[in-house]
Amino acid sequence: MLPRNLQILAGVGRTIELEVDQPVTQRTILDALEGKHPALMGTIRDRITKKRRPMIRFFACEEDHSDDAPDDAVPEPVASGKEPFLILGAIAGG
Amino acid sequence: MSGVRVLVGTRKGAFILSSDASRKSWKVEGPHFAGWEIYHVKGSPANPDRLYASQSSGWFGQVLQRSDDGGKTWQAAGNDFQYAGPTSTHQWYDGSPHPWEFKRVWHIEPSLTDPDKIYAGVEDAALFESDDAGQTWKELPGLRTHETAHEWAPGAGGLCLHTIVLDPKNRDRMYIAISAAGVFRSDDAGKTWRPANKGLRSNTMPDEDKEVGHCVHRIAMHPSRPNTLFMQKHWDVMRTDDAGDSWREISGNLPTDFGFVIDVNSNDPETVYVVPITSDSHHFVPDGKLRVFRSKTGGDDWEALGKGLPQKDCYVNVLRDAMTVDELDPCGVYFGTSGGQVYASADDGDSWNAIVRDLPAVLSVEVQTLR
Repeated sequence: MLPRNLQILAGVGRTIELEVDQPVTQRTILDALEGKHPALMGTIRDRITKKRRPMIRFFACEEDHSDDAPDDAVPEPVASGKEPFLILGAIAGG
Repeated sequence: MSGVRVLVGTRKGAFILSSDASRKSWKVEGPHFAGWEIYHVKGSPANPDRLYASQSSGWFGQVLQRSDDGGKTWQAAGNDFQYAGPTSTHQWYDGSPHPWEFKRVWHIEPSLTDPDKIYAGVEDAALFESDDAGQTWKELPGLRTHETAHEWAPGAGGLCLHTIVLDPKNRDRMYIAISAAGVFRSDDAGKTWRPANKGLRSNTMPDEDKEVGHCVHRIAMHPSRPNTLFMQKHWDVMRTDDAGDSWREISGNLPTDFGFVIDVNSNDPETVYVVPITSDSHHFVPDGKLRVFRSKTGGDDWEALGKGLPQKDCYVNVLRDAMTVDELDPCGVYFGTSGGQVYASADDGDSWNAIVRDLPAVLSVEVQTLR
């Protein structure tokens, strides 16, 4: 799931279904997402370092996975498509 | 039938304001890119249907948008702004070295002749160019690697390259301005640069007339006189008649010579407009009155223009990219404020009307004259 601003930028709805290479990790999810929607390159993670942008968060299965290593496997329900991988903008700005 | 299209960048999106040549009745479209900061929107002089917009966000970074139908539809172009080669440091606010980091595109300058060629001025200060309508970008590194670059320091808005002026009579010559480094000129299409700040004095530096370090807010040129440039500096309004080799002060009788914008009447290269701002600590107009000041003598003698503008209880600012002129006769003058108003004059500045009053804070205003 994408934040509203990125939905508009990519011309997609709130939820995107992706075919992701195994193992399913943050990196492979984002690789698949950017491959399908190149307009998102650089908006979620740095183009070169692939580091998550500071005000982007990753949630899944009611847990914050923002600081997980990019090559760690995501929870099985996300990998199997039962649960969404949520990408959202951090609460900031009052 | 001729008309104008005013391109407005705001803190929360872009707006397009259009009118016929009478400039009395306006159609307002937007917000485009709602929720994003739009530092600049500008059209190609070579193809008025080709527009470019700098879209950025603290959350999602930099996006560059392009339209091929005058702003009806947009598509994301390239946003890969990588400095060419190793980066070094510039001065931080406390004088310590600070690494060069890309943050955003402040200013877009399309080529005067090729709709696919475009320049981008960015923070931290550097100049990029694209030859494929913004799909790919490459830095012109001769500027960022200038021998003085380690001395450049950010202004309050950051170390931004905010102004790009192309010489219409010499395609190899261009000027840029950086806060706070000053003006640089290239005579070889951006490969090499030299400071063009002789005559500037800034008491924010221990050496007031040093070659670089001046907080230049904006420079403007009339296309018929490319060797004459006008400058609104942090303090002081300046003029050069030798392509930046030397500058002289033309602040004259202005109530304050702090400000951001400066522009030149399209029909008279000696008629210049500024909007004085109280001071660098009070970023609002003096005395609660919003007034444009016009000089018909190329500076020194200025007259206040306030007809149609608020003359009491007004405390807005007008940022550096937020004034422009059209090419009609009489000249149309436009500016936007931090309060979200966009004002237009269809009579050289003699009188003003608000096209819109309640947009988000305005960051930039450009106009296209459509024939």
